[in-house]
Amino acid sequence: MLDGRSQIRRKIGLRLWLSGGWLLILVLAAVFAPLLSPHGPLEQDLFLGRMPPFWVSGAEPGYYLGTDSLGRDLLARILYGARVALIVALVAGSITALVGSTLGLLAGYLRGWVDVVISRLIDIWMAFPPVLFSILLIAVLGPGLVSIIIAIVVIDWTRFARVVRAEAMAQGAMDYPASAQIAGRTRLSTMIVEILPNVLPTIVVLLTLEMGIAVIVEAILSFVNLSISTDDPTWGGMISEGRTSIHQAWWIMVFPLVTLFLTVLSFSQFGEGLKDRFDPVLR
Amino acid sequence: MSYLKISNLTVNIAGTSARLLRDVSLNVEAGEVHGLVGESGAGKSMIGKAVLGTLPRAIEIVSGAIELDGTDLLKLSPAEHRKRLGQSCALIPQDPLTALNPSRRIGPQITDRLTDILGWDTKHARERAAELLDEVQIPDPQRVLCSYPHELSGGMRQRILIASAFAAEPKLIVADEPTTALDVTVQKQILKLIKDMQQRHNTALLFVTHDLGVVSKICQSLSVLYAGMVVEATDVRSFFREPAHAYSRALLAATPKYTDPEASLTPVPEEVIAAVRAEVEAADQRLRHG
Amino acid sequence: MADLYQVENLRLSFPDLTRKPLLGPAPRTEILKDLTFTIPRGEILGIVGGSGSGKSTLGRVLVRLLEPSAGTVRFDGRDITHLAEAELRPLRRRFQMIFQDPMSSLNPRHRIGRLIAAPLRLHGSEDPEKGALEALDQVGLPRSFASRYPHELSGGQRQRVGIARAIALRPDFILADEIVSGLDVSSQAQVLALLEQLVAELGLTLAFISHDLSVIRRLCTRILVLYRGEIVENATTAELYDNPRAAYTRELLDAIPLPDPDQPWI
Repeated sequence: MLDGRSQIRRKIGLRLWLSGGWLLILVLAAVFAPLLSPHGPLEQDLFLGRMPPFWVSGAEPGYYLGTDSLGRDLLARILYGARVALIVALVAGSITALVGSTLGLLAGYLRGWVDVVISRLIDIWMAFPPVLFSILLIAVLGPGLVSIIIAIVVIDWTRFARVVRAEAMAQGAMDYPASAQIAGRTRLSTMIVEILPNVLPTIVVLLTLEMGIAVIVEAILSFVNLSISTDDPTWGGMISEGRTSIHQAWWIMVFPLVTLFLTVLSFSQFGEGLKDRFDPVLR
Repeated sequence: MSYLKISNLTVNIAGTSARLLRDVSLNVEAGEVHGLVGESGAGKSMIGKAVLGTLPRAIEIVSGAIELDGTDLLKLSPAEHRKRLGQSCALIPQDPLTALNPSRRIGPQITDRLTDILGWDTKHARERAAELLDEVQIPDPQRVLCSYPHELSGGMRQRILIASAFAAEPKLIVADEPTTALDVTVQKQILKLIKDMQQRHNTALLFVTHDLGVVSKICQSLSVLYAGMVVEATDVRSFFREPAHAYSRALLAATPKYTDPEASLTPVPEEVIAAVRAEVEAADQRLRHG
Repeated sequence: MADLYQVENLRLSFPDLTRKPLLGPAPRTEILKDLTFTIPRGEILGIVGGSGSGKSTLGRVLVRLLEPSAGTVRFDGRDITHLAEAELRPLRRRFQMIFQDPMSSLNPRHRIGRLIAAPLRLHGSEDPEKGALEALDQVGLPRSFASRYPHELSGGQRQRVGIARAIALRPDFILADEIVSGLDVSSQAQVLALLEQLVAELGLTLAFISHDLSVIRRLCTRILVLYRGEIVENATTAELYDNPRAAYTRELLDAIPLPDPDQPWI
């Protein structure tokens, strides 16, 4: 019995280590970007435009991943771009999770009129087309990091609210909340002490997924030039710029794209891995 | 001549040495009802699953043979195995609520096997299904064939599953705790029905249950299991008159019997558990070296 | 006051949302229909019925997890029928409950020690940990179990934890809702024996809900038989088994398969 289980554990471990490793590298890169990159992210050198990465012949020493059409170092821009991506992921992801989960938990556990109000709100909210909604919001709020974060929270809280509500309802139907009530616990305390820990693994998985989504949303908004100022490096902006010269210099678009892909994938895998690893209830 | 003959069947969790069944042997004659009795985790359902070839992938058969009418099922190719089972075996499952597909009508769920494996035409299969529903005392069979499972009660669904099990005239049916989810009054009707059908069709029945009361009513012989090992195999009369093994005696003494409250519901003594555990260890030793 | 519980004309109905018209209120389904009975102190009352008889609902009304639609429920002379949760809370230490499925009633993320200590802590006990360990002793589980999680225990052990949690507060009354129906016969016998012993030791009043008349004869002093939300028989245990008056009681008894091949049954 134990042997089989530990084998499953090991597989989970690998997934957790790979995705966690990539995210750790990214965090370190973002924090130490000034130390790591030999060039500034905005430093232009028009004589060194579209230099290929180091393993292609004709590469310029010191520009490991090559340069874009304005001669800016791609490595530096990706490193600095990670700062924007991670801030958006952490801040927007956490606030979304907090708002959505709180409303979902209240609706799912308390039921009654609280549930009616919150559920209706979710239904109405989800009828808005999200992309249009976000572009509209940015247009009203004006571009910038804070606007992006607000837009993500405002649009995506329903994702948490819906799932957490359903999960809280399922947990509420079990006997242990009733057992807590018999033991003399108040309803609010039952919700926090008994229900929340059982819903938490779901929230963690959703949160990591949401962080990935936040990174993508930020990239999309940068891609359509609605993100922060166009000079500051963002992965979405880089992809957008690279798109025009994909036939002459593939690396300008491919490197930020691969980084984006790996990051989003890592977030979701990290969440699943965490859940499997640290959930005391083996599902 | 036994219809089903299991010899020295040993089953492990795949890729490990964790044993689920230990050297299990048993015989079921044609038309006989054989009970598999034991507590949860004793491996009684596992035997049924091994016979029907529905063991989960994480479980592997290490050694032994499962002979059906003289053919070792474990030596057949997957395609032959499936065909052989489809023609001669069927299952009455435990939970009537989940055993029927909720989004399909009852009719096709009964006739599928007749058309797929026995190659009957749809019209013929449908007539047979109606006959069977009539046989399991379901009123208005034509209407029920066109209903969805959720429109029927639990007892009714269990009747349909019984009808479906007997549909292709199998020689052997595995009944896996078929009445555990039902009220006692419904259980009695369903057991009566199973017994009737079994006698009328002269089907061998492998009856998995934890309830010795049920065994005494429906089985002719039984095997008592503990930790995947057969501790006693005998006919029902001698088992209830004088059980040979200490564990069987303890199990019988623990079984509720309202007519004799003082002598029933006696907790199984720890010495008995210790002794039967030692036997399991010894069996493991034998398996390792033999 | 000899009666711990006095139940009069108890009714309970739920709105049936599956039959709700588009506008207007849903029709109500009656679960309990006009029940009147008492539970004297020290009695062990069996509440028996098939699925849909309302026996679990009745139990949940007694410990006020549910509020009745009509009638009165008096606990030790006090009307608790419509008490609000805040008023009930101080009373709760006096009536406790053991649930059918310990896997569902023990929070999977809490350790056993914490689970048993929780009611003690919530009711302001001085040393909840000590109380929890003593409760483990009383139900015959080793103290080392305090640091384990529910899923690490066997079914019988988990049910003992459920019992420990219920007796930790030294209540007057315990409701046991189908507590042995998910267990193997050997654990079933052990749990019943333990309950029998604890009831005698602690002077408890007990209501034991079961679908199975075969397991409760030895334990119970009186038995209520419910059928579709109504009491069809309320008799002492000896009367009920020797001379059942209601047709439904006879039907229930006749349906029990005794472990005896000579009993004429089918």
